[in-house]
Amino acid sequence: MSFLLQLLFSGIVLGLVYALAALGFVLIYKASRVVNFAQGQFIAIGAFLAYWAMVSLGAPFLLAAALALALTALLGFGVERVFLKRLVGQPIISVIMATIGLASLLDGLIHLTPYGAGNFSYPSFLPAGGVTLLGVQISYAQLLAMGFTLLFLLAFTWFFQRSTLGVAMRSVADDQMAAMSLGVSVEKVFALAWAAAGLTAAAAGIVVGTISGLNLDGLVHIGLRVFPVVILGGLDSIPGAVVAGILIGVLENLAAGFLDPFIPGGGTRDVFPFLVLLLVLWFKPHGLFGTEEIERV
Amino acid sequence: MSLNPTRPEDLGPILLLVNNIEVVYHDIIQVLRGVSLKVPEGRITALLGPNGAGKTTTLRAISGLLIPEDGEVVRGEILYQGKPIHNRPPEEIVRMGIVQVLEGRRVFKHLTVEENLRVGTLTRKDSHLKEDLERIYHYFPRLFELRHRLAGYCSGGEQQMIAIGRALLAKPRLLLLDEPSLGLAPLLVREIFDIVARVNAEEGVTVLVVEQNARVALSIAHYGYIMETGRIVLEGDRDYLLENPDVQEFYLGVAKGGGRKSFKEVKAYKRRKRFM
Repeated sequence: MSFLLQLLFSGIVLGLVYALAALGFVLIYKASRVVNFAQGQFIAIGAFLAYWAMVSLGAPFLLAAALALALTALLGFGVERVFLKRLVGQPIISVIMATIGLASLLDGLIHLTPYGAGNFSYPSFLPAGGVTLLGVQISYAQLLAMGFTLLFLLAFTWFFQRSTLGVAMRSVADDQMAAMSLGVSVEKVFALAWAAAGLTAAAAGIVVGTISGLNLDGLVHIGLRVFPVVILGGLDSIPGAVVAGILIGVLENLAAGFLDPFIPGGGTRDVFPFLVLLLVLWFKPHGLFGTEEIERV
Repeated sequence: MSLNPTRPEDLGPILLLVNNIEVVYHDIIQVLRGVSLKVPEGRITALLGPNGAGKTTTLRAISGLLIPEDGEVVRGEILYQGKPIHNRPPEEIVRMGIVQVLEGRRVFKHLTVEENLRVGTLTRKDSHLKEDLERIYHYFPRLFELRHRLAGYCSGGEQQMIAIGRALLAKPRLLLLDEPSLGLAPLLVREIFDIVARVNAEEGVTVLVVEQNARVALSIAHYGYIMETGRIVLEGDRDYLLENPDVQEFYLGVAKGGGRKSFKEVKAYKRRKRFM
């Protein structure tokens, strides 16, 4: 029983990270229909910026995290201004190729720094150990990660549901021309979406770094995990990203815990979520929460 | 063209002056060939004409929405309160107080009615959301009942109310309406136009309305322009236009001598126009 609970809990923590990483992806797709293949690189950059601030500048964790969030958001903003602004209205395949190119470029840049290879971990700033709840071991790092993630998800939900700017950003996703007719600057909305994507990617990177340490390939890999999550949740749904993120995180852990012992070689955690994904798409092609076309009859 | 007794200047100070503009799309397709019109402040001005005359292009040239369509004002000028505004980005023009309601309503389908209205307040610094929304619900009580519904599920008439309501929330001095009657039942068209007339009378919002339905547009307009193939061919105050035989025949469906209009005469009319 407690084995199941333990798997469930760490699955939820992992899933929240996926949700956070997926959120940035969804923001960009929702605003501009651009599929960002460089999300994994953003995650890695955010995580290593925080590491750099802590180790090289000696900043305390919160300050380092804030700095990393701000710089990665700025990177997202800059990428949109420099690369993607010119691609507005171009065929989707050109835009996708541009973000794939961007991913390679950022990868190459990270490899030029000392962080390109090897494992790193943040200087410990939390007491060791943790709490035990219903027989489940929860480390302080996991607790912090959960709090940090929930805070972000709540803040973004509030922003998009309750603030005028958030509602205006959603309006651009619905009808760009109509949004422009009311004075919404579509360009600013795109740039803002990329900045927000940078912000959430950095947050996801820092959370992963806190729980399980920093490794370039591992961090970039999370950016790829985002794809099953967003497709399951519906490409343009924020609640979908959260629910699907947690679902995939839990499924991965359950597969690793219960299926791996029966399969020689293991590795079911990488396959099982995709089986569920295929099954769901069979019945709901727009994903769990994806926008369906509204047709009046 | 017979002499028109009333000029737009007689109805009020000129808020918007479109001076001999030419508009070209994609650097090559010329749509407007020297359009001039004046919109007097505090009044309703109608811009009438058939499909493809360039009415929508004229509105887009004013509101800046030509830019996303790759169109450009290549000659002439548009002056708003005496300042040139042509080829400025739309968000700047909205901030100056000109808001366009697009043809076909274009509500944000996946936003609720109230969220649709809310987008209209984005450009305002002085927005008090609650009072602003109440003001709109005062003109459109039905929207209050529907405020939590997704706009995509509202009827055509309700969507037109949303489109006008959210434009009003941007506090325009000049409201541009593009074919508000399109696809609506006659009773609803009447209701919408009555509300526009009330907004004009009670709030002093200047209105420039583009319509194919000349009868309903002239029922509330103070002044009107008639446009054909990229040019203004006739202008005058409401009574002048209502009594003009050409307007009666081709826009109001009243034939010369009381008979039914025939396509033979339409052709003769078109030929005649070509030499004007």
